Amino acid sequence: MDIIVCVKHVPDTTEVEMKISEDGKSVKFEEAPYTINEWDEYAVEAAILKKEKYGGTVTVITIGSEDADATLRRCLAKGADRAIRITDEAISGSDAYAIAKILYNVIKDMKYDMILTGAQASDDGYGMVGVILAEMLGIPHAALVKKLDVEDEFAVVRRELEGGLEEVLKVKLPALFTIQTGINEPRYVSIMGIRRARSKEIKVLSLKDLGLSENEVGEEGSWLKIRKFYIPPPKKQAEIISGSPSEEAAKLVEILKSRGVI
Amino acid sequence: MSMSDVYVLAEHRMGEIRDITFEMLGKGWELAENTGGKLVAVLLGYGVEDYAETLSSYADKVLYFENEGLKNFNAEVYQRVLSQLIRERKPKLIMMGHTGFGMDLAPALATELNIPLATDCIDLFFEDRKLVAVRQIYGGKVNAEVVLKESETYMMTVRSASFKAGEPRAEKGEIEKISVSSELTETPHKVFVEYIEPPKGEVDITAADIIVAVGRGIRDEKNIPLVEELAKAIGGVLACSRPIVDKGWLPKDRQVGSSGKTVRPKVYIAIGISGAFQHIVGMKDSELIIAINKDPKAPIFQFSDYGIVDDLFKVVPELTKIIKEIKGGG
Repeated sequence: MDIIVCVKHVPDTTEVEMKISEDGKSVKFEEAPYTINEWDEYAVEAAILKKEKYGGTVTVITIGSEDADATLRRCLAKGADRAIRITDEAISGSDAYAIAKILYNVIKDMKYDMILTGAQASDDGYGMVGVILAEMLGIPHAALVKKLDVEDEFAVVRRELEGGLEEVLKVKLPALFTIQTGINEPRYVSIMGIRRARSKEIKVLSLKDLGLSENEVGEEGSWLKIRKFYIPPPKKQAEIISGSPSEEAAKLVEILKSRGVI
Repeated sequence: MSMSDVYVLAEHRMGEIRDITFEMLGKGWELAENTGGKLVAVLLGYGVEDYAETLSSYADKVLYFENEGLKNFNAEVYQRVLSQLIRERKPKLIMMGHTGFGMDLAPALATELNIPLATDCIDLFFEDRKLVAVRQIYGGKVNAEVVLKESETYMMTVRSASFKAGEPRAEKGEIEKISVSSELTETPHKVFVEYIEPPKGEVDITAADIIVAVGRGIRDEKNIPLVEELAKAIGGVLACSRPIVDKGWLPKDRQVGSSGKTVRPKVYIAIGISGAFQHIVGMKDSELIIAINKDPKAPIFQFSDYGIVDDLFKVVPELTKIIKEIKGGG
């Protein structure tokens, strides 16, 4: 079973303060560690588990600058066989549609049984690259997959809906699935794996290599153009209880008491 | 039908029209006024005349596509029916929920028709002939205003709870029933098998008056008892945000949020939870919300009544200690 996984190298901004430039055109943050998008980590694990069960190969693809090699190396260390990175300055400003177009041009002549992507990215959160890509390739898809089994030429998948409900579908392969977090337990990267990954090559491609012109990507090749960024105005702001940890705790207890909770 | 109509795809499942439908219809009036067109609810289903009837109080018109093959949502079939509809009638805008249904359907449909699509929108408005959407990025820390490429038709998926549900109107809209050929509903590639309901847990967190919820900030499974002890001391139940369940540290029935449970306790204490939208929708209607988080910019503080900006590993044990003293002495 040959599986392609599309991954994204993203900043982890959970504990980082975000700032917006004065003209509102860019977001600034300092010292955010970059790593593999959380959803993609589960997608890579799902692919490697299938390879371990059925044989075959796992190819990881990303779009980005040389920094993104760290994410590809991580995937190779975990057990992916091949890595491809597409890079080009003209890609900057691309939305999910333009990104899917680039991926389509990489994948269209490759051989695969399954394509996996994360259900969404933690930075821009479009949640649509995978499904657009499937439509471009003319293969069936299922989004938000929480369980993935292979039965002959079909995949039996569970999609996550709201409120804990799941939907079971039978999908003809080759197909694309966008993977939801919690589908498996992503493995840690082993020292052995890191060593093995060193000898594996990362293939770097440009737009020209893919036969794409500059105006097919970037803002011009996108559906969406970002006009401005801003920090969301607070809906309400919590009254902050301050002091040392024990003072904070004592004050909070007083509030709970006054509300009749304690 | 004119080319300025606003379409809302009705979402229904297991015997009910889902809330997101009425929220989109609520917003839809305003948009239809902008475009000068009609507000149209688009319903695909089987034997759901009563839904069509209900929706007719919320829109100028209901388009009801009926076939047995449309009984349950299936993106493959929905795409076929809707692409034909959009090609024929060219609405200005089609809205669907940014839900398990919308996320599976909208990107494929938009790609097939080459209609610009903005997903997970919390607001949208027309500016001259352009459509502008507001989206949240970086886990809700930043808003982005995006302009859609000019087009005859636009598509949007809308985040749930972003708009107030519409009110029923005395004057009902017209219902146009359209029968769908069975050929159109055949699904060679994608077959719906069944729905699986979440397992019933040992504790029903939705029935609790006091909830102490733990999130990613707890860092390690071995730290969970720290929060569990507080929950016990205060007489509440332990709940959590999604990452805790994904890691297998607590069972799924403890999860609060869009893919877990919706709770409305008297007190909700969020510990080490940053407040991603998916969590907020599950707890925002609690009577009193308290957040403990070391990041002062964490979105959770915007939804809380009281906040402590500090290290949970220092504050929580203090809190447990004081509460135990009071309860022990009382």
